[in-house]
Amino acid sequence: MGKRTSLYDSHVAAGARMVDFGGWDMPVNYGSQIDEHHAVRNDAGMFDVSHMTVVDMEGPRVQEFLRHLLANDVAKLKEPGKALYSCMLNNQAGIIDDLIVYFMRDGWFRMVVNAATHDKDLAWINQQAQPYGITLTERNVGMIAVQGPNAREKAASVLPASLRAPALALKPFSALEGEGLFVARTGYTGEDGFEIMMPAEEAAAYWDKFLKAGVKPAGLGARDTLRLEAAMNLYGSDMDEGVTPLESGLAWTIAWEPTDRDFIGRKALMSQRDAGPRRKFVGLVLEDKGVLRGHQKVVSAAGEGEITSGTFSPTLDRSIALARVPVATGDEVQVDIRGKLLKARVVKPPFARNGKSLIKV
Amino acid sequence: MSKIPADLKYTKSHEWVKLGADGVATVGISDHAQAALGDLVFVETPKAGRQLKAGESCAVVESVKAASDVYSPVAGQVVEGNPALNDTPEMINKDAYGAWLMKLKPANPKDVDGLMDAKAYEKFLADEAH
Repeated sequence: MGKRTSLYDSHVAAGARMVDFGGWDMPVNYGSQIDEHHAVRNDAGMFDVSHMTVVDMEGPRVQEFLRHLLANDVAKLKEPGKALYSCMLNNQAGIIDDLIVYFMRDGWFRMVVNAATHDKDLAWINQQAQPYGITLTERNVGMIAVQGPNAREKAASVLPASLRAPALALKPFSALEGEGLFVARTGYTGEDGFEIMMPAEEAAAYWDKFLKAGVKPAGLGARDTLRLEAAMNLYGSDMDEGVTPLESGLAWTIAWEPTDRDFIGRKALMSQRDAGPRRKFVGLVLEDKGVLRGHQKVVSAAGEGEITSGTFSPTLDRSIALARVPVATGDEVQVDIRGKLLKARVVKPPFARNGKSLIKV
Repeated sequence: MSKIPADLKYTKSHEWVKLGADGVATVGISDHAQAALGDLVFVETPKAGRQLKAGESCAVVESVKAASDVYSPVAGQVVEGNPALNDTPEMINKDAYGAWLMKLKPANPKDVDGLMDAKAYEKFLADEAH
């Protein structure tokens, strides 16, 4: 038996099929992951993300520490509640994890990292934090992501009265705190919505309130198709310590300026940038029938590449994938699916966001 | 609980088989199998005339989640693959025992008798869950 979040019983009651995910028993679907996917693209769905790791970092030098630890620059966060997506790199610029960091107030940041990388992340952060005298506190909270075009309205309707208006007034990538809750306008689906942290013992009650407000439970299956359509990388599939952000479609998350900010991995990243990366990260749409999957071989005139994650896209009604291919790869490739070479088109991700397909099929 | 019709035979790899009076066997995947796979989005069925050994991979069913092989329950020759599934693979989710994958002429119809009956398959599923 794996670890359970405080919403385990709520999932079982909602008819979830539970699977192991990084040591946690998590819902993969509640019947149909395609229905759950459409609910999020067109209305409102909710995901239990309580398994994710939430770490508070405090100390007078915490900003200085994070400007060293992360490839993106937390100095961009000027107002309390603002959030930033970043990679955490090793000295070779390999990706240890991707994460979201919130600026809570002077001397206090909150970081959310992946569940499957919990142990190695905390070991690395602890080691790097030593010279800066940072206090790290892991927060055992419940967390529910409510996502979709109607998600904010529906979720806000059941928040404590004092939080409703401020929550609806949040700008994208911002958060607020109050009444024991942390409400952030962030997500991993390509839709608008909130990620809401609450005391673990209150999570089940909030889950029920969201249900009553018309939010549909959605499992890890829908979460994967939604994030793939939105071209949001999955750690462990699309990237790991063997690749850099430049080879993972994440160049936009590297803050090169100011040039004197010495973040971990900077030197290795600069030499790769100056030499020109040999591989690029692209989207694929399968033209033939079938389903693209991770680890399938991509064949083109420019050489071979590999699909990092692939699936069937409910929004496009086609199979789509993210792939790492030689930098000279053109617009057409073939993918080896069980020994057959099928035709795929190279596209610039994302495939879909905000309820709409962004690719012509 | 998944449906397990009493008039069918089953394999350990979760195919069902129904032997017709004409000696042709209809083959599909069980309700348990479709539920475990989740929403099906692609099916590849075998071509008519193909000779299959017992246990040979003969079709592929792909859900959003994963691809899974389907194995021939007995040796025989393929009569036809179900052409309706090319455009409507989700039929398997709706009705696993109506949406057949292939019709097969068994080399030896008695081989079908050797497969699990509904009771044995139900017990097999219960054991597999533990």
